[in-house]
Amino acid sequence: MDWQGQKLAEQLMQLMLVLSAAVGFITGYVLGSFQTMLLIYAAGVVLTSLITIPNWPCFNRHPLNWLEPSVAEKYPKPQPSANSGPKKKASKK
Amino acid sequence: MHSFGYRANALLTFAITILALMCGIASFSDNFNSPSPTAQVQVLNINWFQKKPDGDDEVSLTLNVSANLESLFTWNTKQVFVFLAAEYETPKNSMNQVSLWDGIISSKEHSKFRIHTTNKYRFVDQGSNLRGKDFNLTLHWHVMPKTGKMFVDNIVMSGFRLPKAYR
Repeated sequence: MDWQGQKLAEQLMQLMLVLSAAVGFITGYVLGSFQTMLLIYAAGVVLTSLITIPNWPCFNRHPLNWLEPSVAEKYPKPQPSANSGPKKKASKK
Repeated sequence: MHSFGYRANALLTFAITILALMCGIASFSDNFNSPSPTAQVQVLNINWFQKKPDGDDEVSLTLNVSANLESLFTWNTKQVFVFLAAEYETPKNSMNQVSLWDGIISSKEHSKFRIHTTNKYRFVDQGSNLRGKDFNLTLHWHVMPKTGKMFVDNIVMSGFRLPKAYR
């Protein structure tokens, strides 16, 4: 997943779990059945996990643009030195 | 939310936290139930009343217990534990409480009952104080929830007296 997808998946997970808890509780309370509440909530948890955990394509709509390898080689990675002080700027050509 | 395992873990812990909150609210909802139970007890017969060899009094009773505990049940009730206790005062103890009978009511349908029984548990005093003793028969109940807080209450029925002599 990309960053936007992760945020969407997390928000969706929280919202769906709270909603299925609310629906389950109200239904169970009105019907007077504790078991009904637990069953509805369990179904909601399963549904939420099917939607938010796997890597669906809709969560990958904003992929990161990594640099092309040929362009990336022009900018060498900074080498860590024995007495490294503050950050070194990589030399740009 | 970086990987499959991370998301699965986040979902499971959040789901269980919400489940704990739901159970807490369900238990809290029991406070809105205002029960109105009724009960009645008759002592039909004193079967025998003796002093045991170790010096303690013992009495055997036949009882008729009837009660309507339907209003105690809520959606969050697992069962109701009911017991009948004889309560009286002696010079040595300000409160003696002897359980004579108990039962478990597992559903609302069974909570309106009438039973005719001798005392399930022995009515034995700590000492020899029961002759002519006035006592109360109190029906106690514990409403045991599926989740959360247990409610305890009782009904006191007074006006019972044991005979002045052994029989």
